[in-house]
Amino acid sequence: MAKISSIADLKKFQEDFKAKQAAKSDKIIVNVSLATCSIASGGKSVMAAMQDEAAKLGISNVEFMKSGCMTFCHSEPTVVVTLPGKEPVCFGKLDETGARELVQKYLKNGEAVGTVVPVNYVRVEL
Amino acid sequence: MEVAKKQLRIATRNCGFIDPENIEDYLGVRGYEALANAVTSSTPLAIIDEIKKSGIRGRGGGGFPTGNKWEFAAKNVCDQKYVVCNADEGDPGAFMDRAVLEGDPHSIVEAMAVCGYAIGASIGVVYIRAEYPLAIKRLKKAIDDAREYGLLGNNIMGSGFSFDIELKYGAGAFVCGEETALIRSMEGSRGEPYTKPPFPANAGYWKKPTIVNNVETFANIPAILVKGSGWFSSIGTEKSKGTKVFALAGKINNVGLIEVPMGITLKEVIFEIGGGCPDGKEFKAVQTGGPSGGALTYKDSDVPIDYDNLLAKNSMMGSGGMIVMDEDNCMVDIAKFFLDFTMDETCGKCTPCRIGSKRLWETLDKICSGQGTESDFEKMKSLAVNIKDTALCGLGQTMPNPVLSTMNTFADEYLAHVRDKKCPAGVCTNLLEIVILPEKCVGCTLCARVCPVNCISGKVKEAHVIDQAACIKCGACIEKCKFNAIVKK
Repeated sequence: MAKISSIADLKKFQEDFKAKQAAKSDKIIVNVSLATCSIASGGKSVMAAMQDEAAKLGISNVEFMKSGCMTFCHSEPTVVVTLPGKEPVCFGKLDETGARELVQKYLKNGEAVGTVVPVNYVRVEL
Repeated sequence: MEVAKKQLRIATRNCGFIDPENIEDYLGVRGYEALANAVTSSTPLAIIDEIKKSGIRGRGGGGFPTGNKWEFAAKNVCDQKYVVCNADEGDPGAFMDRAVLEGDPHSIVEAMAVCGYAIGASIGVVYIRAEYPLAIKRLKKAIDDAREYGLLGNNIMGSGFSFDIELKYGAGAFVCGEETALIRSMEGSRGEPYTKPPFPANAGYWKKPTIVNNVETFANIPAILVKGSGWFSSIGTEKSKGTKVFALAGKINNVGLIEVPMGITLKEVIFEIGGGCPDGKEFKAVQTGGPSGGALTYKDSDVPIDYDNLLAKNSMMGSGGMIVMDEDNCMVDIAKFFLDFTMDETCGKCTPCRIGSKRLWETLDKICSGQGTESDFEKMKSLAVNIKDTALCGLGQTMPNPVLSTMNTFADEYLAHVRDKKCPAGVCTNLLEIVILPEKCVGCTLCARVCPVNCISGKVKEAHVIDQAACIKCGACIEKCKFNAIVKK
C-alpha cells in the first residue's frame, strides 16, 4: 500500500478519485443507506433485492455502493439512484417488492416510482 | 419536487454520500487535507488561532469555545498529553454522533490527529459506547486504514509528528458522557465525576493535559481548516457559529437527523423541516437538551436557536436531541419521564443528585396520581434550585431543568392536576375517567368484548356503561369503538 507522504500524494488521490468518478458517469449508481438504523429497517434486503432484480433484467451498467445515514429516518430504508446524466433521486420507504419495482421502472426506463424523498439541505463540499 | 433548503450540512457533509469503509472515498472529498496541511506547513499556534477565529463552541452541550480549550492544553508543558473523543452518546432520542461515526468515521480520525498536533499530544482515545457495534467496526477500520496509508502512526508525512488512536468502550452509563466521569471510566475506575478544577485541559486522563471533545465538534474541524475560519464564522449568530445537528424525534412527521445553521427559528425546524405533528394534532412543546434541558413552546417559535437563547429560555442546546410533543402529551408526565431517567442514571456519589432526584420524582408521581397539593409546588421549586446549586457535576446540576421548565411554562397544567384533579392531556390514568357517551353508543358490544377486565356492561343495541371502580383505563375500548362514543374525561 502506497503511503501518503506529501501533499502531492494527497492531491494524486483526489485526482484519481475524480477520474474514477468521471469514468463512472455512464453508469447507474445506486447508493444504499446502511447505518445501524437503515439496516434495522431493511436496507440490506433492499440492496440484495435490487442487485438480484438488476441481474435478472440484465442491467449491467449499474454500480452499487453503501453509505451511512442519509438523515431521512421518516422514510427508511432509503436509496439514492443516479442515472447517467441525471440528478440523484432519493427513494424511500422501500421493501423488497418496492426495490424490485424501482429497478424495473426507474433503473430500466427512468420512470420514477414509489416514495421520492425531497432533498431539503445544502451539502457543504470541501 | 423543489423544497426550501433550510438545512446546511457541515458536520454531516459526507454522511450518506461516501462509503464509510473506504478511505479512498474520504480522500477523494479532500479528506486528510486539513491534517496534511497542518503537519507539513502550519504550526500548532496557527491552527489553534484558526479554530478560535472560527468561533466554534463545543457541540456536546456545554458550548465552551473549542479553540480556547485547545489553547489551555497546548500551553501546558508536559511529557504526555491526550486527545479524547467523547462518543458516549446517551441522551434519550439522540443519535447524531452515531450517524457521523457510521457515515464518516475518517473525519473524526483526521480531526483528532489535527487536535493532537495542535496541543502536542501523541495519543488519542475514542470513548465510545459498546451499544454502537457498527460505529465501532467502522471506526476501527478507519483507524487501521489511516495507519496503513501513513496518516496515523509514527512520523506522519515525514513531519516528525506521531499520533495514534485507540478505542475504549463505555458500558452504557449516562454519567460517563460527563468529561470527568468519562476520564475516570477510561482509567478503569467507577464512572464517577470529580470536582473541577483541575479541568481536564490541565490535568485529565492519568492527570495529564487532556482535550475532551464531542464527535460533532471534531466533525466540524476538517471543514473549518479547509474552508477557513472566515467562512465558518459567517454562518450562525453572533455568539454561536456554524451549524448544529439535531435528532428530531417524537410526535413529528419528518422524524430524522437535521443540520441547521445556528439562529434558525424553532418554527422553521418544527413546521418547515419537521412537517408539524402527525394526524393534524396541535404542536405543544419540544424538549431540547434531553433530560438536562427544558421545554420550548409555541410562544418561543420565533426565538433564534443558539446556545445563549436556549439558556435564556431555561433550556439548553445539549447534544442535540429534540423531542417533539403534541396535545396528547402531559407535561407533568414528561417531567416525570425525564426525572425517571436521571434518577436511574445518577451515579450516587453526591447527595443532592442521588436523593434529590428521588424526592423530586416522588413529588411528581404524587401529583400525577392525584395526591398533590399546591404546597408541593414550592417544595419542588426549592428542592430543584438546591439540587442545581449543590450537585457535583453537570448531570445533577441540570437534572431539575425539565421540572423547572415545565412548571414555569405549563403552570396551568400542574394546577389542573392538583386543584381540579384532572389531567388535561388525558395521560395520568388516576386522574381520568373513560366514559361512554349514551347518545353516540349504538350498543354494538364490541367494547365489552375487548375490555380486558370485563367492566363494560349493557345489552345489545342499548347504550353501554363502564364500571369506573373496576376500569383500569387501558383505552382498548376507545381504540375499538367505531362510533367515537367512548371518550377520556
